[in-house]
Amino acid sequence: MSDLIHIILADDDQDDRDFFSDAFEELKIKTKVSLFNDGQQLMNFLLQPDCFLPNILFLDLNMPFKSGIECLHEIKTIDRLKDIVIAIYSTSASDEDIEETFISGANIYIKKPSEFDTLKKILGNVITTNWQYQTSGLNKDNFFMKL
Amino acid sequence: MRLFLKFDFNTIAKIHLEDLLAKSNVKFKTISFGEIEISEKLSTSELSDLTNSLNENGIDIIENQKAVFVQKIKDAIIEMIQTEDTVMVKSSVFLSEKLNHSYGYISNLFSEITYTSIENFIIIQKIELAKQLLTINDLSLTEIAFKLNYSSVSHLSTQFKNTTGITPSSFQRIITKRKELANKK
Repeated sequence: MSDLIHIILADDDQDDRDFFSDAFEELKIKTKVSLFNDGQQLMNFLLQPDCFLPNILFLDLNMPFKSGIECLHEIKTIDRLKDIVIAIYSTSASDEDIEETFISGANIYIKKPSEFDTLKKILGNVITTNWQYQTSGLNKDNFFMKL
Repeated sequence: MRLFLKFDFNTIAKIHLEDLLAKSNVKFKTISFGEIEISEKLSTSELSDLTNSLNENGIDIIENQKAVFVQKIKDAIIEMIQTEDTVMVKSSVFLSEKLNHSYGYISNLFSEITYTSIENFIIIQKIELAKQLLTINDLSLTEIAFKLNYSSVSHLSTQFKNTTGITPSSFQRIITKRKELANKK
């Protein structure tokens, strides 16, 4: 895994954003983390025709201006963006709601943990599994993970 | 008569390397220490010839060689999982015989390059295959468990849930509903 892994998080909570980027700094995987404060900011960035595409995109569900679900639906209708691996990064939801995000095209559902070490473990697991999908020819249509 | 010598290893290595590349008919743009940029893309056999001639002269191609070997390990694992007879052999025995290295060497190199263990990779691959079978064929989970050499259907179920966080039946629902949604569009 010698190349840099590009990661984007859109989350309106400053603490959650810090927590998230700190976790990646402590993991031994080489990553570049870009942060956005809400869904609208994120979409403005992604809709620039020449922007880099992340290896994985983390979406908080409850955000002002544009929610994570709205972003998810919008991304899935755009050819250039629809293959981005999407991880929902949110507070707990019912199993039905979670299944609904998978049906809408999300690949991963992460319930935000309160412990920093748990977060590190979860994110490490997500990144290495995602890496397997990108480098080992696995079928991304079958990629679901709930943590 | 005795002469005393002082070596500039960088220059020696560079001259030696240029010489080797010329002999192998490899056109290169630049040589800096520990790195060559080759003008044309080499075929697999040209690359392996170059690798061999460099090796004979005490030069190893680093990262690339490891990545190539890791690919061989992955290919061997996938072959092992998809061939039904070999699943009876212990995976460590199968891999070290197939790749002609000790299992310790194979397993360390694999973890170093992929950040995951061979054991974990095997589980991911088996679960992937189970998913494929669940979507493509009308096989029951019991039949799939048998096909993939799980001791029981609950063992497969548990491993599926542990790896993906969702149950096989939830997986099937998601796939079916996604298909319905795609057909509506």
